[in-house]
Amino acid sequence: MNRNALRAFMVKEFHHILRDRQTLTILLMMPLVQVILFGYALRSDVRDIRMAVVDPTPDHATLELQSRFISTNRFRIVTTSQTPYVIEPLFRRGKADIALVFDPDFASHLRGSEPARVLIAVDASDPNSGTTYLNYTRAVISSYQAELSTQNRHVQIVTETRMQFNPTLESVNLFVPGLIALVLVLVSALMTAISLSREKERGTMEVLLVSPLRPQQIIVGKVLPYLALAFANVLTALLAAWAVFHVPFRGGVFLLLAESILYTLVSLALGVLIAARTSSQRAAMLAAMLGTMLPSTLLSGMIFPIASMPSWLRPVTYIVPARWFIVIARGIMLKGVGLTILWRETLVLSLMALLLLAAAMRSFKPRME
Amino acid sequence: MTYWAPGLAGAAGESGATGAANGFAIDAQNLTRRFGSFVAVDHITFDLRAGEVFGFLGANGAGKTTAIKMLVGLLAPSEGGAHVAGFDIRTQREQIRRNIGYMSQRFSLYADLTVRENIRLYGGIYGLTPRQITERTTTMLDTLGLSSSADYLVGMLPLGWKQKLAFSVALLHEPKIVFLDEPTGGVDPITRRQFWELIYATAARGTTVFVTTHYMDEAEYCDRISIMVDGRIAALGTPTELKEKFGAESVDDVFVRLARGATKGEAA
Repeated sequence: MNRNALRAFMVKEFHHILRDRQTLTILLMMPLVQVILFGYALRSDVRDIRMAVVDPTPDHATLELQSRFISTNRFRIVTTSQTPYVIEPLFRRGKADIALVFDPDFASHLRGSEPARVLIAVDASDPNSGTTYLNYTRAVISSYQAELSTQNRHVQIVTETRMQFNPTLESVNLFVPGLIALVLVLVSALMTAISLSREKERGTMEVLLVSPLRPQQIIVGKVLPYLALAFANVLTALLAAWAVFHVPFRGGVFLLLAESILYTLVSLALGVLIAARTSSQRAAMLAAMLGTMLPSTLLSGMIFPIASMPSWLRPVTYIVPARWFIVIARGIMLKGVGLTILWRETLVLSLMALLLLAAAMRSFKPRME
Repeated sequence: MTYWAPGLAGAAGESGATGAANGFAIDAQNLTRRFGSFVAVDHITFDLRAGEVFGFLGANGAGKTTAIKMLVGLLAPSEGGAHVAGFDIRTQREQIRRNIGYMSQRFSLYADLTVRENIRLYGGIYGLTPRQITERTTTMLDTLGLSSSADYLVGMLPLGWKQKLAFSVALLHEPKIVFLDEPTGGVDPITRRQFWELIYATAARGTTVFVTTHYMDEAEYCDRISIMVDGRIAALGTPTELKEKFGAESVDDVFVRLARGATKGEAA
């Protein structure tokens, strides 16, 4: 089969993409806007932190510390209890953001020479707010400690922290890899699905299928221009993350770009499959939203940690490509690790790419049923 | 029930487009397509001579589009078979594709590409060299009187021009046979006239034209017509023959008489 045919087809695809200025602008701006929106939304100033207090032996000292929290105008004490068992249900129901658990000997140790202990438990299902709550809490405690110490006495308050639901939480940086995964799936799966189903809807697909162009060439011709667009998106997202939020980049850039291409191929193949099974642009769009964007946001570990999902849901995340890509991207960007650590995730993505691309090719055989 | 045997004609098909054993551009033998228990095309048999303008008539739902889809290789026949340009529609679809042009019922050019870009696309797909594409583009635009609009987006052209352009693009690679599925739908009478002049010019150059239409006045322009009713070919011949046979004033009369007996579709 001649190469000119494929080239002519790809030129046409680039014309489609470049001529639809509105869509192109949206697609190019998306990573930028998302990084900035997510970044700021997640860093937003925290007010009205709902605090649960567990105080087994109420005392002047523990009440004093509680009143310090209230006087910051950021904290609101929603409940005071004597046993720590109330915390878990409160977190689960979303009634409290943070819990302050006093050691039974807190007051007596504070007066004596031993360190006074207090546990800070944070609902970190939203990791970024969790960090902020924790920092505010620590600040209040350490200022209290400093204040007591000036009275010619060495006071030591030891805080212990427990991040409930997301113990490995690091920082806002966790989001950038997730965002890249989301933007890529959006550009690749959604746009390919729409562009292919548009050809079906308008009837141009029929003419292409009657031409000597092979179905494989139609798919390759559709997919490659979007691969280029997706690549530009990765670069924008990385630049925005670095320039606006100073997200670190500890590992190999080329490895990350290569992995992004692999992940984009998986997404593109999904887009082709979706287009093959839907008959209108609208259906393809909805299917792409439901089938790729939602899982990539909700089941990938981007926002909700997989470890805190119910046990029946966790296996479902294995089939979400974004889950693997996010592990890879976080590993490369935040931990600076390479393929020696990430080979398993890379292998999974490669297998997905192979399987899905093969399935996509098969699905677009001209309907000869 | 006669099953079509791929013996003679199939062997001839190997030698290429000119080698149709019987010299026909298309010959269909008991071509049949079922969808579940519904028989969309029911054992139709017909043939087209090279350079002929063949009108394929029938009410909506009579099975015209299904038949065309089998002939161009978009649908596999359930039974029977056909040769197009001497090639077997079951086994030689690739060769058929190089030798046919197809203008689908729906507008098949890209509205967001310019006239020139559309031509270049189809030229590329059909394996023309850049030089051939440039030459044929110039000729085509001159013939159509579209030279000054070459860099307009196709979406901005009036419907009649679009249809003429789509037809010319379907002929760009100089196919042996061109399939036109209701090419003049929604087009004004003057443009329809011009369109048929293009069809005649094409047939005069030796290209076989297989055309479906709803307009019975257009049927009179065809060398031969077939009228499909309920998936079967109810009448086949020159317009004059059919009018004589049915004692009718016009092809329109013949059509109405035949279609009235229909049980499927919307014709009744």
